[in-house]
Amino acid sequence: MSLTGLEVVADEVASDAPVVEGRSQWQLTWRRLRHDKVAMASLIVIGVIIVLAIAAPLFVAITHHPPNTAYPNTGETAAGNPVPPGTAGFWLGTDGTGRDLFIRILYGARISLFVGFVTTAIGTLAGVAVGLIAGYFGGIVDQVLGRFTDAALAFPYVVLALALAVVLGPSLPVIIGVISFFSWAAIARIVRGQTLSIKEKEYIEAARSLGAGPFRIMFIDILPNLLAPVLVLATLYIPTAVVFEATLSYLGLGIQPPTASWGDILADAQNFYQVAWWYVVFPAVALLITTLAFNLLGDGIRDAMDPRTERVLAARRRRRERR
Amino acid sequence: MSTADLDPDPDDVLVRVDNLVKYFPVRSAGLIRRTVGQVQAVDDVSLIIPRGKTLGLVGETGSGKSTLARCVAGLIPVTSGRVTFNGRDITNLSRRAMRPVRREIQMIFQDPYSSLNPRRRVGAIIGDPFTIHKTATGAERKRQVQELMERVGLNPEHYNRFPAEFSGGQRQRIGVARALALRPQLIICDEPVSALDVSIQAQVLNLLTDLQRDYSLSYLFIAHDLEVVRHVSDSVAVMYLGRIGESGPEGAVYGSPRHPYTVALLSAAPAADPDAAASRQRIILTGDVPSPIDPPSGCRFHPRCPKAQPLCAEQEPPLEVKAGDVPTHLTACHFPVEAGESLATATAATPAPGRSEVS
Repeated sequence: MSLTGLEVVADEVASDAPVVEGRSQWQLTWRRLRHDKVAMASLIVIGVIIVLAIAAPLFVAITHHPPNTAYPNTGETAAGNPVPPGTAGFWLGTDGTGRDLFIRILYGARISLFVGFVTTAIGTLAGVAVGLIAGYFGGIVDQVLGRFTDAALAFPYVVLALALAVVLGPSLPVIIGVISFFSWAAIARIVRGQTLSIKEKEYIEAARSLGAGPFRIMFIDILPNLLAPVLVLATLYIPTAVVFEATLSYLGLGIQPPTASWGDILADAQNFYQVAWWYVVFPAVALLITTLAFNLLGDGIRDAMDPRTERVLAARRRRRERR
Repeated sequence: MSTADLDPDPDDVLVRVDNLVKYFPVRSAGLIRRTVGQVQAVDDVSLIIPRGKTLGLVGETGSGKSTLARCVAGLIPVTSGRVTFNGRDITNLSRRAMRPVRREIQMIFQDPYSSLNPRRRVGAIIGDPFTIHKTATGAERKRQVQELMERVGLNPEHYNRFPAEFSGGQRQRIGVARALALRPQLIICDEPVSALDVSIQAQVLNLLTDLQRDYSLSYLFIAHDLEVVRHVSDSVAVMYLGRIGESGPEGAVYGSPRHPYTVALLSAAPAADPDAAASRQRIILTGDVPSPIDPPSGCRFHPRCPKAQPLCAEQEPPLEVKAGDVPTHLTACHFPVEAGESLATATAATPAPGRSEVS
């Protein structure tokens, strides 16, 4: 191969080959996600739940039924049982003490979503920090943090949660603390693994040769490459946290009455399921729809971020067209 | 072998590497990681990078070229030896102490795909040196980045694009712009064109040559392609298994190679002229490159050398001037190749399975 012979030709060839209009990874992901009907439906459902939860006081203003006020005259039958949906302005009926079930479910959604988002945020931040540090520095740091992660993963969740709730007394901060404590480890594991592979890339060496410090490299060069898997994990973690909170409340170790929470409502409803189906069904459906929507959205995001999905979908389209 | 005797004027020397050694420990698996061996990636290498000139470093994969480059750039700690930059010892400096030196030594990497962060915009990538060294911010930084983009032949309007939107050659230009940002004195090019098409290679090489002229840069240019190295280099060093086998001015090493390994390498390079290609002899080295964990005794090339004698296995040949060569042309060989000598007919005294053959 002779370079000298090629130079002239090479310089004449335009160095600016036409470049396909590119899109960032997020734009591509969003484009794929938009075509995923299930994920978009989930996104809408989640949006509606969030709006309803935020607008709960507005519904109180409309129905004039504050969440913790009992209506022994209108909200209970003569036998002291809950009244069915539609009675006396109670859209979804009342609960065991004659409170508006609809309003209480809305207020329960506030607690569930708040706990879900806050614990996921704390767990994600902690998990990313631990995973990045362990993966980037390696060696003894990795060993120590790795054993901590193993310990957190191996812990029997519910048992510790129960013990803590008993010792510290059930309250919102304790619940958030307990749930957060169990959410970081799985994220830390995955972030550590990704960091290990990314730190071998030449652009990390390039950053080092420019004089970048370890924290700049971790947050500017490595972290943006981790956002995709972390976002999927976080979306899938929210429903777990919601269910965990409901479980604790159901066992009486979470949110304390009279504050409304789905787990709490369900625990009370057990005593009335034979006479008041709505008391069990509506909070259970709320819990089911919320967790299902987050799970389906998480799956959708994961598929949308996987570049192979595009090809699978395209192949399916082609097959359909041929038929 | 010291480089002192071949160094006429210290002012002309930008980088001086003295007896550089880099061993990587080989550790056993398991909880207690015992060191069970050493990969002798670079073993007692001395060289000089003259100011404003290009030193080409050639050798097979695994010969220690990249390790040597990373030691010079201060990216990995050195086992022993010394790296001097502008008369200052920069061996194993702390990150803080190394910072000002980083501005003077930059690198261009081999893979234009993995050397640019796919999640960051080109403007941010080229602007990184300014941010890290706090030399320009905001609009001034953008202006300087766009100036650099223009200088290396990129469209400055592509400031906000992602690396994935560029071709391989354009990506390598981005890498060049990043390396150029702080106006360094030395750019270490670690196989900067081996991942590119031949036509694109020429463009990038021409760019590097232009930049060298305009900014009086010095290059340490690493490649396994002999013609590429010949094209850009003022002097050349040939590495084999962590040692330098032969070094000297480009014309001398290519014109009258003395080390059998250099001769074999040159004979293996394809010739552009088909007639010349048909008439010349290729020396095919048999056997694999020995493991750098357990390198051969004496001259490291002796198991594959067509001229090997018993002495070669016993005594390590020093890197020295051979009779009839210019004083800067050094060869580490007990039995250097003479002009007109054909290696194909050479008969070695040590029978070994790894014998060279004529094709």
